[in-house]
Amino acid sequence: MALSREQIAQRVAQELKDGYYVNLGIGIPTLVANYVPEDIEVMLQSENGLLGMGQFPTEDEIDADLINAGKQTVTMATGASIFDSAESFAMIRGGHVDLTVLGAFEVDSMGNIASYMIPGKLIKGMGGAMDLVAGADNIIVTMTHASKHGVSKLLNQCTLPLTGKGCIKKVLTDLAFMEIKEGKFHLLERAPGVSIDDIVKLTEGELVIPDHVPEMLF
Amino acid sequence: MAGFDKVVSSYEEAMAGLEDNMTVIAGGFGLCGIPENLISEIKRKGTKGLTVVSNNCGVDDFGLGILLPDRQIKKIVASYVGENAEFERQMMAGELEVELTPQGTLAEKMRAGGAGIPAFYTATGYGTPVAEGKEEREFNGRKYILEPAITGDFAIVKAWKADRYGNLVFRKTARNFNPLAATAGKITVVEVEEIVEVGELDPDQIHTPGIYVNRLILGSFEKRIEQRTVRPAHSA
Repeated sequence: MALSREQIAQRVAQELKDGYYVNLGIGIPTLVANYVPEDIEVMLQSENGLLGMGQFPTEDEIDADLINAGKQTVTMATGASIFDSAESFAMIRGGHVDLTVLGAFEVDSMGNIASYMIPGKLIKGMGGAMDLVAGADNIIVTMTHASKHGVSKLLNQCTLPLTGKGCIKKVLTDLAFMEIKEGKFHLLERAPGVSIDDIVKLTEGELVIPDHVPEMLF
Repeated sequence: MAGFDKVVSSYEEAMAGLEDNMTVIAGGFGLCGIPENLISEIKRKGTKGLTVVSNNCGVDDFGLGILLPDRQIKKIVASYVGENAEFERQMMAGELEVELTPQGTLAEKMRAGGAGIPAFYTATGYGTPVAEGKEEREFNGRKYILEPAITGDFAIVKAWKADRYGNLVFRKTARNFNPLAATAGKITVVEVEEIVEVGELDPDQIHTPGIYVNRLILGSFEKRIEQRTVRPAHSA
């Protein structure tokens, strides 16, 4: 069975380590915050200028001056700090964030990512995504493996305008966890009940399949 | 009182000298920390042909979005737009020029502009549409693109508190682009929620020193929330 959005978030959360500073993109990545293991501490960076993002406020706690990068009202965790946008992107571009999780439309076997623009459709902009993919070393892209029509999103070459070039090394889809190296996708894990054949069929880019591909554990 | 006193008493005075076709840099992220009354004054003045530099462009009836119906904005430099219908219509119709700029690059462009640095290299945008027409250079085996700095004829800024000399303190994530915008305007106009006497702010706690500020005005703010998200009170 393909993973649900929640399961994708849960699997990403297994990659969190104690003491990590983490930036979570909008969508599935945001859900990762719900699955932080209880025995570790992570601090969430929100690129509008908050390190140590807390949960959503109660009705009484709502503060128009305190939002996240998705423009949602939030709170501050204990030990949080606030800074301006240049400082925020110094953290991101300077490689100080330990893990970045973001979504994509397409990823290719050269580590290119396309995530912000579909020509002919309304273009809203890249926000901080180009900075995040260029600045971070440890990035996990979360996405569906293929479109609803069964068209692969893991390609030999991205067809959409790029968000970043040669910067993606790990991709988690609803079917598989993969690493990108030497111009190939390497299959690390598969979703429970998903066969290697299913994954092969929906992967356009070259896929390296080791002898043993474990199922993800939840 | 002259000297270092930056306080002006009307919004008309605050935005005096803004003319058609000028460049205005605005602070704010979404609707958070936007100079809402200074934007309203630009609408009232009817200044046209503006190039606006701001992370976003407001919503239909609030923030920079209110400058759209009368076609006051010719060009916008932003990282994320399209939260309003009129913006979308003007962009699709080719009536509004949009220069999409990565958020970190936008912040750095303002910072550099305000610091007298004409351009800088960054890995952000390399190999993407953002790199088109820009110089590329390799440092330590990695490719970078040259991004020019931005300065404005005016910068419009929202801070929380100021003293009469224009020393500024921001509040929570309403800080965002505001301190950077403040440095990058030939004329920097700041609106605040409270003005205190000189000496009342702790010098160690000032975010933006008054040297960057030309005009200061006391305002009252709606502070509209774009995405009101809450958790139930009992789940604390």
